[in-house]
Amino acid sequence: MIPLSEAVLVLVLLVNFAVLAASRLTFTIRATAIQGVLLGILPLTIGDPWSGKSLLLSGGTLALKAIVLPNVLLWAMREAAVRREVEPSLGPIASVGAGVLSVGLAQALSRNLPPLDAALPRLLVTASIATVLSGFIVLMTRRKAMTQVVGYLMLENGVYLFGLILAGRVPLLVELGVLLDLLVGVFIMGLVVFHMNRELESLDSARLSELRD
Amino acid sequence: MTALLPLALLLLLAPLLPGVAARTVALATGRRGAPVLQLYRDLRRLWGKDLVYGAVTTGVFRVAPVVWVFGAVAAAAFVPLDGRSALARFPGDFLLFAGLLALGRFALTLAALDTGSSFEGMGASRELLIGGLAEPVLFLGFLTLSLATGGSSLSELFGTGVGDAWPRVGATLVMVALSLAMLLLAEASRGPIDDPATHLELTMIHEVMALDHSGPDLALLLYGGALRFALFGALLVQLVWPRGAMGDLAAAGRLAAGLVAVAALVGAVESSMARLRMIRIPQYLVSAGVLASLGALLLLR
Repeated sequence: MIPLSEAVLVLVLLVNFAVLAASRLTFTIRATAIQGVLLGILPLTIGDPWSGKSLLLSGGTLALKAIVLPNVLLWAMREAAVRREVEPSLGPIASVGAGVLSVGLAQALSRNLPPLDAALPRLLVTASIATVLSGFIVLMTRRKAMTQVVGYLMLENGVYLFGLILAGRVPLLVELGVLLDLLVGVFIMGLVVFHMNRELESLDSARLSELRD
Repeated sequence: MTALLPLALLLLLAPLLPGVAARTVALATGRRGAPVLQLYRDLRRLWGKDLVYGAVTTGVFRVAPVVWVFGAVAAAAFVPLDGRSALARFPGDFLLFAGLLALGRFALTLAALDTGSSFEGMGASRELLIGGLAEPVLFLGFLTLSLATGGSSLSELFGTGVGDAWPRVGATLVMVALSLAMLLLAEASRGPIDDPATHLELTMIHEVMALDHSGPDLALLLYGGALRFALFGALLVQLVWPRGAMGDLAAAGRLAAGLVAVAALVGAVESSMARLRMIRIPQYLVSAGVLASLGALLLLR
């Protein structure tokens, strides 16, 4: 009926919208975990599923994006006793509308960026650009530091999708290096969130721009 | 003739669906639940009762149940229930389909206002809020399907063209199917939108409008509601499970099995989700619309 890789990409897109529309913080973190699972499955559905490279890529992605990172975020949330609401500066309906625009833009761009390999699903380029843009929207319009980390993760997921277009050509080491960078990045962000909470007694990043003695 | 048989099947099967959904909810919550055929018994019992009208009601109140059922039955005539072609078809008949459903809703809300009861007025206003937001979503879904299959009548949108379209534009069809499924919950007054089992008038949406109806009138309201459920279920079945090369009987069996599966799914959703707050409902319907329009966006190549 519908190729597996395309079905996974559709689900990735739907997760973007779930995050954009969500009002609860734990839900957005869980949603990125689900997106991590989907991204982990994806290398197996395109190209040769049982080559060592795609297995390693898939395993690394699953371990990191679906298990480690969401748990780090959930841990930071628990430790910093973050309030559960997202508190966006752009409402859910407007965010979702912006998400639709981003998919439209991604479609327009993907027309000029066909994948090098004809065997790759066309939706891949669209999904990657749309995920990057959705991550941007979350980064820009959410005021909580925690949600901004989620936005950053989504953005990175989009970059990872884009990387899959070239997965056959880029050395595995580069991919794994990116994953490692991401891990370090999120750990640092978790620490920043933790300290912000202790120093400012709030995670509202808007308050970072206030000068204080 | 081949189109009449599935239509009769749909009309006959409709009261089964709320029973199946209720049974699923009961099983999921560890109860045994009412018999699956409960609505059939209710309808027979109500049909034998006398009619009682409130003192302030007018002719509007008496006509409404008939119009409500008529709208749903007439709309069913345009749905390609056998998987190929509907009883009646012409280019753009999806407008009439939506219009007939809206006519039934219009009559029902007028009757609710006619009773002069404040609860019913509130229910009517909520029903119209949902209806007003659900209709554009339905059109968005039809529009996307029309772009995907190139047709302009329901028989083309949900007929054999769908089976051919799956390998080409599967991603789009998935989006439209999800959007239709969300719409089904709203249109059939089920799930996280409305609670068909509630006993509190303040929280009712659809049920509260039936409070003043009695006997055969109430039976008509219940039947019409079940039929709308079945109609949207049939659209969904048609979309997700195209007929392909099945024979006539197999296609009818597919419709029946699909409808029961949809009802069980609705029950599963109902038992796993809390009801949405009223302010969340527009957001829910906008999400359904977004899914449909995403489907259209994915068609741009």
